[in-house]
Amino acid sequence: MEPLLSILIGVLVAGAVYLMLARSLMRFLFGLILLSNAANLAIFVSGRMTAGAPPLVPDGMDVPPEVVANALPQALVLTAIVIGFGLFAFALILAVRAFRSLGTLNTDDMRVAEPKEKG
Amino acid sequence: MSWYLSLPLILPFATAIICYLLRDRPSGAWVSVAGSALGLVAAIVLMALVLQNGVVAGQMGEWPAPFGITLVADLLSAVMVLITAITALAVAIYALSDVDARHGQLGYHALFQILIAGVTGAFLTGDLFNLYVWFEVMLIASFGLLVLHGGKEQIDGGVKYVALNLISTILFLTGIGLLYGQTGTLNFADLAVKVDAVENKALLTVIAMLFMVAFSVKAAAFPLFFWLPAAYHTPSFAVSAVFAGLLTKVGVYALMRTFTLVFDHDVGYTHTILLWVACFTMVTGVLGAAAQSDFRKILSFHIISQIGYMILGLAIYTPLAIVGAVFYLVHHIIVKANLFLIAGISQRLTGGSDVFKIGGLYKSSPFLAVLFLIPAFSLAGFPPLSGFWAKYIIVKASLDESLWIVAFIALAVGLMTIYSMTKIWAEAFWKDHPDGIDPKLSALPGRTALLVPVIGLALLTMVIGLMPEPFVTFAERSAAQLLDPTEYITTVLGPEAMQAADPLEVAP
Repeated sequence: MEPLLSILIGVLVAGAVYLMLARSLMRFLFGLILLSNAANLAIFVSGRMTAGAPPLVPDGMDVPPEVVANALPQALVLTAIVIGFGLFAFALILAVRAFRSLGTLNTDDMRVAEPKEKG
Repeated sequence: MSWYLSLPLILPFATAIICYLLRDRPSGAWVSVAGSALGLVAAIVLMALVLQNGVVAGQMGEWPAPFGITLVADLLSAVMVLITAITALAVAIYALSDVDARHGQLGYHALFQILIAGVTGAFLTGDLFNLYVWFEVMLIASFGLLVLHGGKEQIDGGVKYVALNLISTILFLTGIGLLYGQTGTLNFADLAVKVDAVENKALLTVIAMLFMVAFSVKAAAFPLFFWLPAAYHTPSFAVSAVFAGLLTKVGVYALMRTFTLVFDHDVGYTHTILLWVACFTMVTGVLGAAAQSDFRKILSFHIISQIGYMILGLAIYTPLAIVGAVFYLVHHIIVKANLFLIAGISQRLTGGSDVFKIGGLYKSSPFLAVLFLIPAFSLAGFPPLSGFWAKYIIVKASLDESLWIVAFIALAVGLMTIYSMTKIWAEAFWKDHPDGIDPKLSALPGRTALLVPVIGLALLTMVIGLMPEPFVTFAERSAAQLLDPTEYITTVLGPEAMQAADPLEVAP
């Protein structure tokens, strides 16, 4: 399972980098979403994979009976997903605002705060 | 029991909520001032406790250390929290005049308080994942503040700021995941112990580099600083002052924390990279400033060059160099926030921020000129101001290590800083205003709220400069704590932690 997921992470990162190198701001943001999902998967894999053993404690016991999945990376990923969701919502709205007020999403033409050099 | 650790966090959050509820009324700004003043008191209490008892740690929800959420304050954290509170109070007072009712209504004061909470949280957390969470709190608040005006310039600067900071955040998150995979823990103290047991040191260095890149983006180090001069001159002056003072320094703090406590396994490799990063940061920052003519753009590039000095202190990695880095961190926050606040007053008086198109400030407002000279000369490193001692210690530390080129660069960059400062002085202050405007300070509406924080911060610079000894002694103690983390680890994990880490004691 781990090698498969590692390859998947690699593919996601490669796609993300490809998208982020584009001039369009939207493509950049889509790349960012892929990259953050790759990061989340990386955390998940780092916590070691345990198939079919949810980290639950049965009734009447204080500790889980045998080997169970590591719950911490899941909690970390969940937090990261929630935070990432908020940030991307903001970033997408910002892109909409940028398109409305600047009239372009081509990052080469977004030169209001840093005007082009003369000559 | 750990109320004094959580109070500096709870206060700004509570203030933010009240500010948001009162956003339609002018009292919201005063609530922000009152909340910041209380925050300063809480920070002073925390500082006094740390000075008295050494490192203090608190486990939130009483979960024991490596599992629960830990807040830790050693001397470095405590002084950063204190200086954050001072800056917050100064900017909150300044905002009384600088932020108009419309932006107050949009939630300026609430976002500002959340930003302060995020910064304070980043300084106090004892856990790498929580550091990520506090970074996000800080980031989302800063995004909001940056684009609050909603003008073309702000949106444009905001896009670049948001994009590069999000990349850095994701790199940070990936680093956290990989480090967790190697050590099974994310608590700083626990990491410091367990990282020694990692067999694959090369992989650990790779993870260290991920963190270095992520934090370098936040700290605006070479070659990852481009978002800073693209964005910092666009928002309102109160916002850019708090950004300039605090945000990049959180990145520097994170570098100092991780590269003393966790990643000290291959100092020869990681810290040599940091050394050259620091040199290039200093040089590119100061050269960039020389090419600019906008008051705030000049200052923005100077943030970058000053960040270089702090990273240099960390990179040399001797006790004296760390002392210099800590001293520089404290001095720079005060001076830089102050210069941005002065830039705001100068824009109000002269109607512009391009130094070639304004002037006459010295003739008509000599008091402001004096107030500018103090932080400007301090930034350049003139004795007896705070910047002199900060630079002196760093240069001395590099000479002690026979790093002649590095010491030369540090001194040359200081000289170039004077060039930029004299450019602002000659253009904005000395020459007559090209449009014949006579910018009188006494005619400025709302000047009390604008001048009080500037005077306060200038006095603080003078105090540090004239009486550096207690501050240097403090920085020495703080550096000793950073270089020997035993106290940090035992306070967080309990006294057994260090013994278990020592293989000789486990197997005699």
